[in-house]
Amino acid sequence: MGSEKGLRKTFKEWDEGPVAKTLAKFPERKEQFETLSGIPVDRLYSPSEKALKEYGPELGFPGMFPFTRGVQPTMYRGRFWTMRQYSGFATARETNERFKFLLNQGQTGLSIAFDLPTQIGYDSDNPLAQGEVGKVGVAIDSLADMELLFDGIPLDKVSTSMTINAPAAILLAMYIAVGEKQGVPMNKLRGTIQNDILKEYVARGTWVFGPNPSLRITTDIMEYCAKNLPLWNPLSISGYHIREAGSTAVQEIAFTLLNGMAYVQAGVDSGLDVDSFAPRLSFFFNAHNDILEEVAKFRAARRMWAHLMREKMGAKDPRSWKLRFHTQTAGCSLTSQQPMNNVVRVAYQALAAILGGTQSLHTNSMDEALCLPTEDAVRVALRTQQILAHESGIANTIDPLGGSYYIESLTNQLEAAAYKYFDQVESMGGVVRAIEKGFFQREIAESAYKYQLGVDAGQRTVVGVNDFIIEDEELKIPVLKVDKEIECHQVERVILGRRKRDNKKVLEYLDDLRKVSKGTENVMPSVLKAVRAHATVGEIMHVWREVYGEWNQPEVL
Amino acid sequence: MSSSKKIRVLVAKPGLDGHDRGAKIVARALRDAGMEVIYTGLRQTPEMIVEAAISEDVNVIGMSILSGAHNALFPKVMELLKAEGVDNILVIGGGIIPQDDVPALKAAGIAEVFGPGTPLAEIVGYIESNVKL
Amino acid sequence: MPATKLVKGVLKGNRRDLARLITLIENEHSSAANALSMLYKHTGNAHIVGVTGPPGSGKSTLVTRITAEYRKRSKTIGIVCVDPSSPFTGGALLGDRIRMQEHSFDKDVYVRSMSTRGHLGGLARATSDAVRAIDASGKDIVIVETVGAGQSEVKVVEVAHTVIVADVPGAGDDIQAIKAGIMEIADIFVVNKADYPGADKKVTEINAMLDLDSRERGWRPPVLLTNALTGDGIPELVDMIGEHMSYLQETGLLKEKGLQRSRDELEQIMEYKLTRELFTRLRGTPEYEQAIKKIAGRDDDPYSVAERLIAGFLISVRE
Repeated sequence: MGSEKGLRKTFKEWDEGPVAKTLAKFPERKEQFETLSGIPVDRLYSPSEKALKEYGPELGFPGMFPFTRGVQPTMYRGRFWTMRQYSGFATARETNERFKFLLNQGQTGLSIAFDLPTQIGYDSDNPLAQGEVGKVGVAIDSLADMELLFDGIPLDKVSTSMTINAPAAILLAMYIAVGEKQGVPMNKLRGTIQNDILKEYVARGTWVFGPNPSLRITTDIMEYCAKNLPLWNPLSISGYHIREAGSTAVQEIAFTLLNGMAYVQAGVDSGLDVDSFAPRLSFFFNAHNDILEEVAKFRAARRMWAHLMREKMGAKDPRSWKLRFHTQTAGCSLTSQQPMNNVVRVAYQALAAILGGTQSLHTNSMDEALCLPTEDAVRVALRTQQILAHESGIANTIDPLGGSYYIESLTNQLEAAAYKYFDQVESMGGVVRAIEKGFFQREIAESAYKYQLGVDAGQRTVVGVNDFIIEDEELKIPVLKVDKEIECHQVERVILGRRKRDNKKVLEYLDDLRKVSKGTENVMPSVLKAVRAHATVGEIMHVWREVYGEWNQPEVL
Repeated sequence: MSSSKKIRVLVAKPGLDGHDRGAKIVARALRDAGMEVIYTGLRQTPEMIVEAAISEDVNVIGMSILSGAHNALFPKVMELLKAEGVDNILVIGGGIIPQDDVPALKAAGIAEVFGPGTPLAEIVGYIESNVKL
Repeated sequence: MPATKLVKGVLKGNRRDLARLITLIENEHSSAANALSMLYKHTGNAHIVGVTGPPGSGKSTLVTRITAEYRKRSKTIGIVCVDPSSPFTGGALLGDRIRMQEHSFDKDVYVRSMSTRGHLGGLARATSDAVRAIDASGKDIVIVETVGAGQSEVKVVEVAHTVIVADVPGAGDDIQAIKAGIMEIADIFVVNKADYPGADKKVTEINAMLDLDSRERGWRPPVLLTNALTGDGIPELVDMIGEHMSYLQETGLLKEKGLQRSRDELEQIMEYKLTRELFTRLRGTPEYEQAIKKIAGRDDDPYSVAERLIAGFLISVRE
């Protein structure tokens, strides 16, 4: 490409190809978009005639390779991003109420936060779960809890995202089982399981098994979904937590895409055709404070993934080249000092995510440096997205910052810096080796410490923390507390549940799972059987703990 | 007394949460302040923490929790230390800990609680002036 | 508390007293030497095993697995993990416990993290004294784990009867992993993580290096494959450690080594005490500072000054 003629031709191809096709299926939100003052707004802005020469092939057009400007031909002119607030606390009952509240407030997708015992595969009555039940998310022990969680929420009407990793197969199976009871077949279920174990070793810490058995389960899930749940995203490759652990923007996209490639490779190595599962892979990024750097980051990540998938992995289906992602605003940027300021931070970060072309978005609540969010705080966070969508006008044209000298230069620089890590990791023998050696972890810890030293030295200003401080500030916002009784209640519930079910059947299914897990058959059908019989998360994970052993973290400081 | 005395600190993550960014940063800062820092890694039970503190003969235990389990786990550590007859270790905590919870934690024996945004120098200074060597 | 008060507890195997004594040893507390001399006759019973190897060779996991195997065989274990201290601040980050959690509730396993605290001589001495204290507390096996990155670590491992050098198969930055200095101190080689491609190649490489070694010796270091994650190869390794001890006993090398070690140690202690005594007297005195100024100004030379000062010291000692 590159020549004026070639470019104009591509523009035409885009307009008459993907755009026309999309419009036929999904009309835009309005016939005509305009600014607040009534100036018409076009779908896409490209260089003036004079500057056309400089519009390189690396930008492309929305919905076309390499997707720098977006993965869909019309982006938010067709449909806004999915507004998806991560929530969950206490027991299934309380969380179910919060879900219904959010849906009533105009939220368009659900996102489940599980408590730590669930995430690490301990039942609520396990001694190691003490003090943690229902704290950072909802406690789910068995299918009974999952049914209660979705009580009155038809699964064919919502899309659900679950932040679950080591036990992802189990929670997915529970979701399928709830669907069965509601009369919704698996092929109608829409949603995502995070299922990204590699970043757990790197940044988030809820690993259970080592990389190799974990990747085997992941691959089984990908294969199962490709065959049975065509609308499900079996993997959400996450940079969010890498960034929260203190990485730079470059490290966030480099490590995430490296992990992504490792999953694709694992799928291919297990005999799957890359185009059979790659189109359903999704990503999850952080939207941090530096607005324009973040926009560039999202654009760079999209372009890199397109190239990697097409050229390195040989994917032929254009859907395999597309990096679709969820974004959450940066939790680590919130301050417990002057918490109202967080509303502003979140708004700007959300703006960056939208300018960067996110497919769905979670906006943090202002009180999250202090506690789990209260209902009022969550509402403001959701309203922030609604204001950006309906009032700000930024959703009316595609990639509005494309072509900015600064943005394009930053996009190129982030991309180049991220690729450097690819070389480094390759020379180490690949992603799993790099993780086992603690390479990613060390790089992140290094960046986090450097950042903190900068803050402490006053080289970086954090408003309300190291400058613009209110002396003897008193906390004036309400704080959500999870009742202590919740834990006792949930413990009783799981114990009672084990008495009520057919235990002979449970043991039989768990035995069957053990056999399958030792062999090479896909584990999903066995997990589903066990889950239907009300085997608990802890029991199923215990089978795997026996078969696979637990991962031992490397010494990284 | 000899000059080669060093402050030994156990930095521990009790409970199940995997957010060790803060713990690692504090560990590094204490090292850079000349202390010997023993880091335990994630998912430590109160029993493991007390065992390590005794075997390593530390002067300070620093614990970080972001999951909200502090009300259950911090006092448990203090209880176990008491049961072992250990009273010369300075125990401090950090993480996401609501102001309302602090008085009860201090009553249980946690000397100080450092929230998000605490300058590292403040933690270092606190240890240096309160440690019993 | 003076170290001597801890001796009774240490001999009974009280871990808290042992932990405190090691701190006093590290701090060079004045009473530590007395405590060690009281403990001395109770030492010499433990089999001391050194484990070294490049960073990332899975030493801690290997030590954990070896420990588990010894526990199956009802042996009690002490572990000393030595990590470098920062040359700038003297501080240190000690992370070896992270991988040794499975023994945290076992009262028959004692784990202690130590830093090098800057000086090399001090490292060797404090480590060997700590090992001695653990030995006196009744542990059957004492494992000393160090990062195999330089000469200082080679010294630490010299306290051991049996030295294991661990390595992992791999590319790139692992190639120069086994340094010449470390190569020579190995009694057993372990190639860890045997499920990685390249493990067999690594074994061949090490064997080839051993073939080049023309020194005559009765013990050719075996090269073992282990998988520290699954525990494969660990029982064989522990057997081999035992075999090495039998070899040392049967050939009389153990006695020979013991004599040599006692001689080295005595000389080191005397040297250390003498120099410390000497410098305590000299440093800070006006004469000493004057002499240094003269040397710097080329009014005197360090050779003659040293002769004079030592002669003066010896006379004062005699008086």
